[in-house]
Amino acid sequence: MYQEIIISGLGGQGVLSMGQLLAYASIQEEKHVSWLPSYGAEQRGGSATCAIVISDEPVGSMIVSKPNSAIVLDNNAFDRLESKVASNGLLILNTSLINRKSTRTDIDVIEIDATKLASELGNQKIANMILLGAYIQKTNILKFDSITESLKKVLGPNKQNLLEINEKALQLGSDIVKIY
Amino acid sequence: MAKLLMKGNEVIAEAAVKAGCRYFFGYPITPQNELVTYMAKRLPEVGGVFLQAESEIAAINMVYGAAGTGARVMTSTSSPGYSLKQEGISYLSGAELPAVICNISRGGPGLGNIQPAQSDYFQATRGGGHGDYYLPVFAPASLQEVADLMGDAFDVADKYRTPVLILADGVLGQMMEPVEFSDKVVEELPKKDWATTGTRGDGGPKIITSLDLDIGGLEAHNSRLKDKFENITKNEIRYEEYEIEDAEYILVAYGSVARIAMSAIKLARKAGIKVGLIRPITLWPYPQEPFIKTRDKVKGYMSVEMSAGQMVEDVRLAVNGHAPVSFYGRNGGVIPTHEEIYEKIVQLSGGVKA
Repeated sequence: MYQEIIISGLGGQGVLSMGQLLAYASIQEEKHVSWLPSYGAEQRGGSATCAIVISDEPVGSMIVSKPNSAIVLDNNAFDRLESKVASNGLLILNTSLINRKSTRTDIDVIEIDATKLASELGNQKIANMILLGAYIQKTNILKFDSITESLKKVLGPNKQNLLEINEKALQLGSDIVKIY
Repeated sequence: MAKLLMKGNEVIAEAAVKAGCRYFFGYPITPQNELVTYMAKRLPEVGGVFLQAESEIAAINMVYGAAGTGARVMTSTSSPGYSLKQEGISYLSGAELPAVICNISRGGPGLGNIQPAQSDYFQATRGGGHGDYYLPVFAPASLQEVADLMGDAFDVADKYRTPVLILADGVLGQMMEPVEFSDKVVEELPKKDWATTGTRGDGGPKIITSLDLDIGGLEAHNSRLKDKFENITKNEIRYEEYEIEDAEYILVAYGSVARIAMSAIKLARKAGIKVGLIRPITLWPYPQEPFIKTRDKVKGYMSVEMSAGQMVEDVRLAVNGHAPVSFYGRNGGVIPTHEEIYEKIVQLSGGVKA
């Protein structure tokens, strides 16, 4: 198993956390993993990107240029990444903030109105978890339980009250893909 | 111990604390700020001292002071800041003081940018400051290796009474990987009877200085330093070989680029190209052995770097004319991809057989 993933969107959308959840879950399943964020003059509302490599063997390159999967959360990320996804790869779009359509025919494209659905669930900030749930359901690269276990760790003792809504969001994303 | 997910900068800091480092003097600069931040929180927890200096120059001189008392002390910075520290590092080397310095390097010259680079290689491996001296330079390629090497870096510093450099780039500083800290016991090290902690009637005053106005005296001192550097060269060289047994071509790369090169080698091997990698872990002293044993068998070497071509000079020295040496690099903060390196391997080997 060898998977390269890029997640990209706006600072504040939880892009880096999505990648960290994948990394924690990979450790839980004793897989090798690397997580590399874009860094620089980062700011809320600016662009945020992370690259994750999950593998059964030690990770060589942590630099991802042709991801097997890309999860994009806004127009800017879509414009930068749509053409980069490897053939037969997967592109997951947050259509709440993306008004373009993918023209790729050699990849799977999943469109989810994630930010809107998250608002309906009660918290706009968990759009990222809806998209992550969809990604896990579609690719099966990690177990759902590993993600929810990791969520407990990432949220820490002071934010356990947010566990339920995050799990709901993951489940919603997964359900959407099941009937997609 | 369980595997932890940490940023490279944090791994360096925690591994240093585990190695007994209790004093840190630094000044913020991207991309190593998490290291400073981590130390600010962590050192007071273990009874140590964290101090943010007013400049890099002040920080390295605080390191000089703390090292003079025999304490395990560290500082970290990134390229422009590393340049500022050179005077102090030369003094540390001259006064034979152990300390660990980290350079999480970025694009240069000048203020450059904050993206990863390996363009401080010359500065790292040729002393960096004035005078005849070298620093042992460790260049880890993974965060687990960072965790494993920090203790050794402090041990080498103490054993030989020398400043030691950890050279990594922004990728290693910023990325996260699972790491496991070992409970390795610190090896028995020589007593620091030279430390200026008071004489307690046990002899004359202890003097730490790099000043010697007596011409003959300084030459004798430098000659002792030279012997020390030869000893380090004899004992402390480290490297990794990857797929070199049957290799017709050998890539040479260190740090994060070595890992990208390994991915490129996997692709090339699948295409039937016999290519391997020599990964120096110490950049000074530079490993000669893996070149000596391969240089009459291979068709060529290619140094792959995030620079305009620096380590390639050491590769040429090690190969010493026995085989062709070429270079491929990106710089100014641009990171080569494994696909890109693969293309260079294909060119080097004269193409893939259909």
